[in-house]
Amino acid sequence: MAELTYRDAVNAGIAQEMRRDSSVVFLGEDIAAAGGVFKTTAGLLDEFGPSRVRDTPISEQAIIGAAMGAAMTGLRPIAEIMFSDFFAVCWDLVANQIAKTRYMTDGQCSFPLVIRSANGGGSRFGAQHSQSVENWAMAIPGLKVVAPANPADVKGLLAASIRDPDPVLFFEQKSLYAIKGDVPEEEHVVPLGDARIVRSGTDVTIVALAAMVPRAEKAADTLQQEHGISATVVDVRSLVPLDTKTILEEVAKTGRLVTVEENPRLCGWGAEVASIVAEELFWDLDGPVVRVTTPHIPLPSADALEDAMLPSPARIVAAVQQLVD
Amino acid sequence: MDDTVLTKGTSTMLDSETRLTLYRKMVECRVLEQRAYDLFMQNLIKGTSHLALGQEAIAAGFGVAMREDDYTFCTYRGHNHTYVRGVTMTSILGELMGRECGLLRGKGGSMHLMSMEHGALGSYAVVGAHLPIAAGAAWSAQYRGTEQASVCFFGDGTTNIGAFHEALNFAVIWKLPVVFVCENNRYMEYTAISDVTAVENPAADRAAAYGLEPVLIDGNDVDVVYETALRALAQARRGGGPSLIEALTYRHGGHSRADPGKYRPEEEVAEWMKKDPLPTYRERLLKLGLEEADLEAIEAETEAMVDEATETARNSSPPPEEIARQDVWADGSASWRN
Repeated sequence: MAELTYRDAVNAGIAQEMRRDSSVVFLGEDIAAAGGVFKTTAGLLDEFGPSRVRDTPISEQAIIGAAMGAAMTGLRPIAEIMFSDFFAVCWDLVANQIAKTRYMTDGQCSFPLVIRSANGGGSRFGAQHSQSVENWAMAIPGLKVVAPANPADVKGLLAASIRDPDPVLFFEQKSLYAIKGDVPEEEHVVPLGDARIVRSGTDVTIVALAAMVPRAEKAADTLQQEHGISATVVDVRSLVPLDTKTILEEVAKTGRLVTVEENPRLCGWGAEVASIVAEELFWDLDGPVVRVTTPHIPLPSADALEDAMLPSPARIVAAVQQLVD
Repeated sequence: MDDTVLTKGTSTMLDSETRLTLYRKMVECRVLEQRAYDLFMQNLIKGTSHLALGQEAIAAGFGVAMREDDYTFCTYRGHNHTYVRGVTMTSILGELMGRECGLLRGKGGSMHLMSMEHGALGSYAVVGAHLPIAAGAAWSAQYRGTEQASVCFFGDGTTNIGAFHEALNFAVIWKLPVVFVCENNRYMEYTAISDVTAVENPAADRAAAYGLEPVLIDGNDVDVVYETALRALAQARRGGGPSLIEALTYRHGGHSRADPGKYRPEEEVAEWMKKDPLPTYRERLLKLGLEEADLEAIEAETEAMVDEATETARNSSPPPEEIARQDVWADGSASWRN
């Protein structure tokens, strides 16, 4: 094990896969010589050279189109979209072309590519550089959607995403880049579609993703220490494929479900989870399913406002208390 | 643009065998799409379809010039570009008719023909999308060192969408082996391209913005198209980077099945019908001393081929329902949960 930041774990995951497979190539804005605007990719150009690690113009359609064309002709490209908000300027390539072409052509081709992107709020960047767009992605059949919450998962899930034969949108939560954690130094791969049980409790199951996972953990500590409520915390890790088996099992044990989502309220991933639980586990529930989300607003930039809008440990605690009491 | 010189009718060097092949490919495209039109009228083809009747010289010229392992990227007006790479008439008509024998077993339809095994890497139905994708395939060829080229066909309307600019700039800075071919048929959908474009020649006049030579050719002259294609492909293979070719042409019909094309002045249509690439080329071949019997044989063989393809496709079953739930993912499934 080595203690790495979430940021350096991105680097470690890419490097691990580029070392083992020469068909893995990497392109994006400022990713090569500059080492990435979030410093996630420093040193990759030196190690792998300019034919494999390439700076592009600010041309998101060209970046994603190039990744698609390369993926259908034998390469395994990793493309970076600097901020996930910018998916809006290349969404045709992502949602219409990459996601659908395998299906439309009766399975003639596949698209082993990864699009990495800095996602989510907490960095005071305002409404166009702070969105959590995982729910955009999971609404499109044909895209896999992954969002790690800690450095070990960053490395392992990124490796699995690069090896996956299908297109994966890999959301790095930008406010987590500085957090540290133990990461295996040896080859590390975490399969897509396995949720992680972070802690086990008896009264409520809190299901969270990415930056909401540490907040849910903090809330679980408070619930235990101050209110005597015992919470299970599940880190979903990947929205597509979705590990409904683990979620259903854990909710069945506690009889209560709270989802914690950073995305704005409408059609967030928690709504899908709530619907599955309501359909398949209704008679095991001891109360309504509760969703804690960002309100249905664009995110404001001021720290006081942004902090008040994103789900906080205090809001999670309050929601759970109301449900359990 | 004064220094943009239209290249037309310059070729004298081709051998008879090549010319007969070019003629055959044009005839096959013409007959195939005329049949598609007839099948539409009989309601055997549903949905929409965008025919390239009148534009066959571009598909044929490039199709014959390309190497077997080169890549074709085209638009929803892509039946001919797909066909000239070696896809059968049966699988194209079958796809248009939504049958089991279709190229994509009915999962794509007229606007999405693709055959990976023939290097036909797709027909793209959102304007502009495939230009960067073609650049990506060219990048892959460059990285793998295969000397393959990527050829990307698009309409005049595409020159006004952002992806055109992104792809051209990107292909030039990475010196990619890609040939961009603008088929300027004068109308984007229902509106004349000249009414909505800042320059007269929508592709050629913009070449300078990417440091490329302006190339404006008579897209109805298959000899010119063929020779232009050979030059551009050779440049791509020797590492000379991309080309942007504007080929002037005209579609005989409207934009799609729903469009009779009435917005076009009658005199203009009549003028362009005189430049129909098939009869004009037939005339040239006869003047060059080729045997009319050889041309008639090509025409008769093609008619027989399309008749047989039509029968096979008509007799093919609808695709089995289960395939609609397959192949979202590489493992063949559509599963998103456990």
